[in-house]
Amino acid sequence: MLSVLGQVSGGPAVAHGKLLFRPIGPELILVGVALAVMLLDAGYPERHHATLALLSLAGLAAAAAYSLSLWSWTGPTTVLGGMVAADRFTVFFRLVILGVAALAVLLSYQYLERADEVRGEYYPLLLFATAGMTLITAAADLIVVFLALEVLSLSLYLLTGFSFRRLASAEASMKYFLLGAFSSAFFLYGIALAYGATGTTNLAGIAHGLTGQVGPLSLALAASGLLAVGFGFKVAAVPFHMWAPDAYQGAPTCVTAFMSAGTKVAAFAAFLRVFDVAFSPLIWDWKPFVWILAALTMVVGSVLAIAQSDVKRMLAYSSVAHAGFILVGVTAASHAGIQAAMFYLAVYPAMILGAFGVVMVVSGRGERGLTLSSYAGLARRSPLVAAVLALLLLSLAGIPPTAGFIAKVAVFTAAIQSGHWPLALVGVLASVVAAFFYLRVIVLMYMQEPVIAGGQREAETGFDAEPGAVGSLGFVAIAVPALLTLIFGVFPGILFGVLKSASIIRF
Amino acid sequence: MADWIVFWVIAPVSIASAVAMILAKNAVHSALLLIVNFFTLAVFFLILGSPFLFVVQIIVYAGAIMVLFLFVIMLLGVDERESLRERILGQRWLALLLGAGLVVEVALAVRVGVGFGHGGLPDFTRVNRGGNVQALARVLFNSYFFPFEVTSILLIVAAIGAMLHGRRRIGDEETIDAPIDERMDEPGPEPVPAAGPAEATP
Amino acid sequence: MIRLPYLLFFSAVLFSAGVYGVLARRNAVLVLMSIELMLNAVNVNLVAFNAYLRDAALTGQVFALFVITVAAAEVGIGLAIVILIYRNRETINVDEVNLLKW
Repeated sequence: MLSVLGQVSGGPAVAHGKLLFRPIGPELILVGVALAVMLLDAGYPERHHATLALLSLAGLAAAAAYSLSLWSWTGPTTVLGGMVAADRFTVFFRLVILGVAALAVLLSYQYLERADEVRGEYYPLLLFATAGMTLITAAADLIVVFLALEVLSLSLYLLTGFSFRRLASAEASMKYFLLGAFSSAFFLYGIALAYGATGTTNLAGIAHGLTGQVGPLSLALAASGLLAVGFGFKVAAVPFHMWAPDAYQGAPTCVTAFMSAGTKVAAFAAFLRVFDVAFSPLIWDWKPFVWILAALTMVVGSVLAIAQSDVKRMLAYSSVAHAGFILVGVTAASHAGIQAAMFYLAVYPAMILGAFGVVMVVSGRGERGLTLSSYAGLARRSPLVAAVLALLLLSLAGIPPTAGFIAKVAVFTAAIQSGHWPLALVGVLASVVAAFFYLRVIVLMYMQEPVIAGGQREAETGFDAEPGAVGSLGFVAIAVPALLTLIFGVFPGILFGVLKSASIIRF
Repeated sequence: MADWIVFWVIAPVSIASAVAMILAKNAVHSALLLIVNFFTLAVFFLILGSPFLFVVQIIVYAGAIMVLFLFVIMLLGVDERESLRERILGQRWLALLLGAGLVVEVALAVRVGVGFGHGGLPDFTRVNRGGNVQALARVLFNSYFFPFEVTSILLIVAAIGAMLHGRRRIGDEETIDAPIDERMDEPGPEPVPAAGPAEATP
Repeated sequence: MIRLPYLLFFSAVLFSAGVYGVLARRNAVLVLMSIELMLNAVNVNLVAFNAYLRDAALTGQVFALFVITVAAAEVGIGLAIVILIYRNRETINVDEVNLLKW
């Protein structure tokens, strides 16, 4: 992106010669496969669940392979009339998101089979949401940011309400929808003001316009504020987090796993790009706002998580708190800060996806066993699942041998380097508070007897100690993230090596 | 001068209809007032040099979208007047405060940024060279053709969504083949306690 | 002549009315209608900026067109969800739909 700063948009796409579609190849593949899955389901209405899931997986794999080939892209940094960026930043986030989606497909297959809710619309929606997420990481124009955001949000509203026989699912869908649409309006207002201030919606063009002080600055300030509110909603930062616990709790758990990981990555990728590219000239103006957002998010998320008795809700608040930690990296706004935030965004999805995956496995059919007490004595009933969950929770808490620890250290170090040590201090304190509720679950799993009384018999939780109950696919989907957190925890250098070139958006 | 008169005639109507819309007790009245509002906005698009958006606003918004709204309101029953009693005390005032705060904030930003003093309405002959529709088409299918394609995905998703949730499914109401533990989800007059599934089981 | 700030102020008022509607109304359909009002206020902003910036790229108008499309998609999905809720619960009042802690 750095090199495009001078090149302001507006020119017709076609005037530049032939259209370069390669950089959006992954999205084209995803959308194509989504349509194929839809048609397959329509053409062969008898249940082909495995085929649909396999086709979706193949599509995701193809998109990932294609993204990987873009790593060595040497063409222009923005294509299609300055709408889409083709940099390694995008490739990196695409791969993360595609990985998330692939694991989500595995979880979904098992969930839908178990809940008997197999319907052809599921996988296309998942793929469309994935396409929206990957597209937003590549967006180099606010118009694409907005449209991609809508594609992913609309798909997720629908997926949230997919479990049509559970009331909570429909309700979560409605709340998520109303607040999501509300936040989109703010986001849009921000875009309009940014356009008014600079005369363009192109990110590089906005940065250019703001550096030259051409436009009225107060409009740009209002714009950055409104955009921050919009992004704050999408990443569930604190004053704007109200939807997250409800949506996460009510949604089918496989969808919760997908959106808690995917949306956050996608929204933060756009957040980084918009604020660290477009609004970089106003960095000293938006920084205090994001600073406060980060501090509030970390503290409130961690504290509220303690009070939860429902596991999905607890993890939802935990994911709110993690948005705060990532915001610390955004606030640092240095190269190290971006790198740290990206590291966080690479390992956080693994942790939260794996954790929700375990929740899905344990909760059983119909999502009954969601209270904390369902986890009592889990280690005795299913040692392997308990071990995986323990590892993931340790990582979420940020305990040393795991990737979560490295990620937290990275963002806090970046914050301190940028002179935000109070923010790092708040972060450390919030981590300590947060460690409490993660450890509480681990203690429950390992040190308590299974609860039998109060209608909470094992049979009713749907999880019956048999290894087969987990399902091999489900187990893969929770074991892979756990393994990743361990690998990146012990060898963080692998990821940081990749990030060295992937984190260049501006500097 | 003409546009000045149009503005001062239409703007109060527009704001009045918007305010009446959010305060009306009857949902149908609200929908009709919103249609009025959309018509006034269409007039704004006209005086701001965008006859195409003027037409689209009326056909798509005031026509299609609002008809959909009215349809759903009718489907769900109109007699049910919403009680304006608030559950969370002070929510209304908080909302009012937030709304007013936003107006003041933006007004200040505009005041400082653009200033209330200068600049009339420019003429659009240069921008709308060869007609507004043609000019719009030129940019839409050149610079903006990629976003244009993205909207097609958006519409597919919307179509899937409408089918998914709007369709009445066989076996939706029956709980024969539904698992035992889904029983809580049967529509019933009494709300299921939020505390969780464990208590709901007899 | 109308000046740009009047238009911006006007759209800010409409937007705020929408914000108030979203926060104060309980009927989900009305909340959705208030959101539509907000989106339309933004459209006025976009078209007004387009006019005063003399933007030959017509960014504002094109954006407004996209916003209308997005709004249509949003309304379609929103009303589908509302119908789903109504079928299950016989109410679409936001605060009566409270299985999940709000």
